[in-house]
Amino acid sequence: MSSPVDQAKNAEAFLADTAHEARLDKLLWAMRMRRDAAARLVPEWEELRTLASEIKEHTLSNLAQYLIQFEARATANGIIVHWARDAHEHNQIVYDLLAEQGTDILVKSKSMLTEECELRPFLERRGIRVTETDLGERIQQLDDQPPGHIVGPAIHKTNKDVAVLFSQKYGSDANNEDTAYLAGVMRENTRPDFLHAPAGMTGANFVVAETGAIVVATNEGNADLSANTPQLHICSVGIEKIIPTTESLGVFIRLLARSATGDAITQYTSMFRGPRKGAAMHVILVDNGRSARLGMQRFWHSLKCIRCAACMNTCPVYRRSGGLSYGATYMGPIGIIMMPTFELRKYSELPFASTLNGSCSNVCPVKIDIHEQIYGWREVMEENDQIQVVKKEAMRIADEVLSHPTLYQIATATLSTALEVLPHFAIYNRLNAWGKHRDVPEAATKTFHEWYRNNRPRTNEVDR
Amino acid sequence: MSSSQALSRNTILDSVRANQPAARSMPIIPHFHTNKPADLVATFSQSIARMAGVVVTEHVPDFDSFLRTKFSDAKVICSAIPEYAGTIKPASLNHWSEASTIDVCVLRSPMGVAETGSILLSDLELQVNTIAFLAHDLVVLLDPKQIVGNIHDAYEHPYFKLRSYSVLMTGPSGSGDIGGIVVHPAQAAKTLTVLLSPAPDAVQRAG
Amino acid sequence: MQVALMIPCYIDMFYPRVGIATLGLLERLGVEVVYPKKQTCCGQPMANSGCYEEARATEEHCARVFGSFDCVVTPSGSCTHHIRNKFTAGADSPEKQNLVRNTYDLVEFLHDVLKVREFPWATFEHKVALHTSCSAIRGLNMASMSERVHDPVFSKPKALLCGVPGIEFGEFERVDECCGFGGTFAVTEEAVSAKMGYDKLAFMQKASPDCIVSSDMSCLMHLQGCARRQKQDVPFFHLAEILNGVSL
Repeated sequence: MSSPVDQAKNAEAFLADTAHEARLDKLLWAMRMRRDAAARLVPEWEELRTLASEIKEHTLSNLAQYLIQFEARATANGIIVHWARDAHEHNQIVYDLLAEQGTDILVKSKSMLTEECELRPFLERRGIRVTETDLGERIQQLDDQPPGHIVGPAIHKTNKDVAVLFSQKYGSDANNEDTAYLAGVMRENTRPDFLHAPAGMTGANFVVAETGAIVVATNEGNADLSANTPQLHICSVGIEKIIPTTESLGVFIRLLARSATGDAITQYTSMFRGPRKGAAMHVILVDNGRSARLGMQRFWHSLKCIRCAACMNTCPVYRRSGGLSYGATYMGPIGIIMMPTFELRKYSELPFASTLNGSCSNVCPVKIDIHEQIYGWREVMEENDQIQVVKKEAMRIADEVLSHPTLYQIATATLSTALEVLPHFAIYNRLNAWGKHRDVPEAATKTFHEWYRNNRPRTNEVDR
Repeated sequence: MSSSQALSRNTILDSVRANQPAARSMPIIPHFHTNKPADLVATFSQSIARMAGVVVTEHVPDFDSFLRTKFSDAKVICSAIPEYAGTIKPASLNHWSEASTIDVCVLRSPMGVAETGSILLSDLELQVNTIAFLAHDLVVLLDPKQIVGNIHDAYEHPYFKLRSYSVLMTGPSGSGDIGGIVVHPAQAAKTLTVLLSPAPDAVQRAG
Repeated sequence: MQVALMIPCYIDMFYPRVGIATLGLLERLGVEVVYPKKQTCCGQPMANSGCYEEARATEEHCARVFGSFDCVVTPSGSCTHHIRNKFTAGADSPEKQNLVRNTYDLVEFLHDVLKVREFPWATFEHKVALHTSCSAIRGLNMASMSERVHDPVFSKPKALLCGVPGIEFGEFERVDECCGFGGTFAVTEEAVSAKMGYDKLAFMQKASPDCIVSSDMSCLMHLQGCARRQKQDVPFFHLAEILNGVSL
């Protein structure tokens, strides 16, 4: 059994690199400000959020019916629909399609689902060469690092980091940090792959049941290329991405880009309803724990997520920790409430990587009660014995003292006893942690309780 | 469907049915027409400019000379519109990958969206889907009378229920993945110029 | 009018002056204050740590101590938020339901119940950097949230402080970004917590305030700890102290 991801320790390491941390924090706060500016221009913003939430709740509560409808319509359009219960089955289906076509090259656009399924290593072990075509994903692929953010996978890297990486992998100029130059290096090196790849893969932002269509939103146009150039287009999508109608799409498209980057829309918002003449299109509907999550009374709302990353941009903890600190496919606030459903023990510490400030819930375009779910997961961790024994014991002592006034008053009579008992500071295996970067508050010479006894008539002191 | 696929399908659907929360109703979706801008052309122009697209609102008497001036280095001009010849037509491409030789691609879009500065294209206009993505520069003709107010209006277009491929395209391709600064181009067109020009008399909303 | 005064455990131990100021302020406003001497804590530190079972006895004790009063006032947004919105570890009882219904943060009590807006006994001719806790903003709706861009801008703590002659407010960026305290988060994610505190102070300092004020002492305890470590000697006050007439 693996030990839990120590997000706090990873965050501390990230913070030690002050230049990278300051830059990420500033950049993503600017993204949050852009989101605010975009929302201000839409008078009906809050109404759109409510509509989006209600549409998703309706769909998820009728999911079986919509999945069947999508399958029927897509099939009638000439799309071949597959079903994958878990990551392994998904990966096998992809591999079998490639093998059937006799290809060992795949171009793909960004899909967090394929990261979740660990598709790339699966295919690479079987001799398939996979080229990520999203700029951020490609940077991370070349650097052998997972994505650090679900919209900008390499957003934590500086221009210099990318220039050095590209010079190593592409032979470009290590000293040219100009963003346009670097984007040009990517374009030059990816274009040949587009022109020759027999197979291309995309994810999908939305799946429209009524018309059997998938919708992909990108800035680069790489999804359109990945789908329109090869003979074989494979689209992998989680079952929770379904929406009922084309009309409902309007609500989500107006919220997605504004929440993610502050633009009104992405450069390419594309709909694929069927294969091109002479080509094939496959859609793989993936469960991988989603149907089980649907039955979690407190947590199923996390399935409404449209992957905009607004929660990450606003989260003060994410911005100081860096996305890689979570050790997870999905990070930041949405990651905290999703990852424990994949592996409870591995992600048992994530719910504590939060101050419960609630900003995330306010920016979520589909009104997921993220910070309430984070609190809920803390209780689940206790119920499942995932809380460290030392911490639990310290809390038990605290509860003992704090439920007995006499014990409490004795404990608070001296500072040192109080510090040992009261759980705010310096407890369990992180003794003196408070004092690492902060001064400890000075104890008053008298508690309020003592002051009151000495300064106010007994009649106002109630014997309760 | 193979038996293993049937098993997967049924397992998933059974699990979904067993876990679905109590049914909630679908809301009625307003189209927010009360917020429609008075001047759709002006709003469209502002929106597309924010995404690095260019709009030409003045009448262009000689289209060929306009193109030759704007794209003086262009050798291959692919025209997907009947009223302009260009140097090649999409039909003349033997293989979709040949679209990468196109310098300028000329298209007509059946709809623009003022809210976002988007133009609609589908496999019908493109004929070969890749021409809009492998070409270096795009010039798109758009009838200003075919600019709709917002995205809700846009999704009423029949293409979304009929075409196998359709795209709302907004400006040239870009990426903000490095340092959050958006640069152009990324993988697809380097520039996008929209020319406001009334549509020919042919049926515009062809399905 | 009679209220029961709830003094959070950390104020009892480290900042009794805040309790004294709260009491003095309420008395000046003609409120009859009783102080249940067996009070200890609301259970929040354990409950927020996920140690739900270990909050039970404390929460039940709190309900017994305070559950028979019509009005309970506490100078702590986080304790009020916990009692009003998350008081679920203990067994249900009429006293518990009563407590949940009748607990007010001091700011809420002054602003919404007493509706007082003037504090003529106080003057404070200084510039303050006002910090409002996340519990107060998003848990108790005591001020507007910057994410909700169409909501009218308001702040109950600020409205009260405006009633103190001479007071001036320093404007600073990221006004409602979390300060980083977060309860046991301050210890379990110490590095991130401290960085958030340092950053918050840096934004506030750009406004050159004479002092930093909040209606939540837990945030100030954390920010003061950060400030002192950085050898900044900017004073910190609870809102109750300003309204009661403290001088710098």
